[in-house]
Amino acid sequence: MERQEVEERVRKVLAEQLAREPEEVTLEARFEEDLDADSLDLVEAVLALEEELGVKIPEEEMDGVKTVGQAVELVLAKQGQAA
Amino acid sequence: MTERRRVVVTGIGPVTPVGIGRPAFWEALVAGRSGIGQVTRFDASDLPVRIAGEVEDLDPTAFMDRKDARRTDRFVHLAAAAARLAWDDAGTPRAEPSRVAVVLSTGIGGLSTMIAQQRTLMEKGADRVSPFMVPALMPNAAAGQVAMDLGFTGPNTCITTACAAGAHAVGEGYRYVRDGLADVCLAGGSEAVITPLAMAGFAQMGALSRNPDPQRASRPFDAGRDGFVLSEAGCLLVLEEAGRAAARGATVYAEVAGYGASADAFHITQPEPQGAGAVAAMEAALADAGIAPEEVDHINAHGTSTALNDAAETRAIRKALGDHAGRVAVSSTKSMTGHTLGAAGAVEAAAAALAVNTGTVPPTINHETPDPECDLDYVPNEARRAEVRVALSNSFGFGGQNAVVALRRA
Repeated sequence: MERQEVEERVRKVLAEQLAREPEEVTLEARFEEDLDADSLDLVEAVLALEEELGVKIPEEEMDGVKTVGQAVELVLAKQGQAA
Repeated sequence: MTERRRVVVTGIGPVTPVGIGRPAFWEALVAGRSGIGQVTRFDASDLPVRIAGEVEDLDPTAFMDRKDARRTDRFVHLAAAAARLAWDDAGTPRAEPSRVAVVLSTGIGGLSTMIAQQRTLMEKGADRVSPFMVPALMPNAAAGQVAMDLGFTGPNTCITTACAAGAHAVGEGYRYVRDGLADVCLAGGSEAVITPLAMAGFAQMGALSRNPDPQRASRPFDAGRDGFVLSEAGCLLVLEEAGRAAARGATVYAEVAGYGASADAFHITQPEPQGAGAVAAMEAALADAGIAPEEVDHINAHGTSTALNDAAETRAIRKALGDHAGRVAVSSTKSMTGHTLGAAGAVEAAAAALAVNTGTVPPTINHETPDPECDLDYVPNEARRAEVRVALSNSFGFGGQNAVVALRRA
C-alpha cells in the first residue's frame, strides 16, 4: 500500500473513531491536545486501524505515538514487516 | 429527625415509543395511541414474538457529544435525551451543581453492547474486545453520563430493581430532596434491551404476549391478555424543593407527596397472589404522604398485561383502598407504551403527574372483555376528564421489589 493511501485510510479511521471532522485529523494533530482522545479512545482506535489496515500493533508500541503522523509511520512500518 | 421539605415535579422528559418530549407523550396517551409495532431493528422472523415498542427517530447526537454517543449504549442515549428534555422542560433552572442529584435507574443496562462484544470475543478473539465495553454496559453508566452532560456533582446513583427501578428512582430522588441531601434531583429510568436475546429470554418465561397484532397485544386487565410487550424508553423527572420552585416561578405539575417500598419475599418472578407486597407499598406511600385512601382519585397501575400481575394488582388495590377502590380510575398506560422495564416506573410517574396537573386520566386501551378477577374501573379505551387530587403510580419488579409513588395536586 502506498504511503498516500495509508495516510488517507488512517486519517479516515481516526476521524470516525474519535468523532472528529476529517479535516481536523491532520498529520500534525496531537491525539490528546488536538483531538481530545483519552487512553480508551486510543485503544479503540488501534483496534480499528488493525482491522482496517490488516496490521498488528502491540500496545506497548503505541506508547510513544502522540500524533496522527506518528501513527501513520507505525502502520507503514508494520506493513513493511507483514510484506 | 430532619425537617421534611416539600418536593414538586417541575420538569418531565419522556423518550418513549408513543412520543418524545412531554407534549407529544401526553397527547398520545390521552388520545389512546399505541406505540407498539413490528420489530424493525433486526430480523425477528425466527423469534416467537416479533413485536415491540421501539423509540423511533432518536438522534442521540442532538442531546449529547458525538464521541460520547459513539462509545455509549442505547440505554445511555435514551437517558441523555430524557435528561436534556426534562431539564429544558423545567426551564433550565439555575442551581448550584453540587446541590443537584441524579438517580437514574435501569433494569438491565447495556445488554446489546454485551451481546455484540461477546460475538467479537468468539469470532475475533480477546484482543478485539472494545475498551469501551465495560463503561458502556454497566448499569450506572447512564447516571454518570447525565452528570457529565449537565455538570451535576450532587449525589449520583443507580437503582436496579427490574420493572420497579424507575419508581424506586423517583421515590429515592424525592427523599434526597425532601431530606436536604439535594435541592433538585433528576430522577427516573432508562431501558433499551430490544434484542433477540432479551426477547427470547422473556418469551421463555411465558412473560411476553404472543398476540401477533402489535397494537392490540398489550391489553392490561382484559380477559384476553396473555403477557406484556417489550419496549424501550428513557424518562426523567425534575424534582425540586417546593420553595425554590415557587421562588423562580416554575411550572409545577404535581407534588411528590409520598413514597412506599416493600418486598414480596415470595418468588423471584411471580407476584404474591394476594398482592401482599403491593398492598404494603401502597399503604406505606399513603402513610408517608399522610393521605387517606378516600383522597386517591387515580392509580397509574403497574398493569403489565400478564395474567398474574393484573389479577394480583387488582386484589392489592382493593385491599389497600378498601371500599373506595371501586371509585378510583385505574389506568395502565402500558397498554400504549408497552413495558419499558426499568424506565416504566418513571414513565408512569410522569403520566400520573400529568393526570394530576391536567385533570385528565389516560385510558387503558384494548380493554374489551372484562375479566371477573379484574373488577375495577380501568378507564377503558377513552381518556376521561376527572378531578385528580391524588394519584398513585404502582411499580412491581421481578425480584419481588415494589415501589409506589404518591402524587398530589400542588
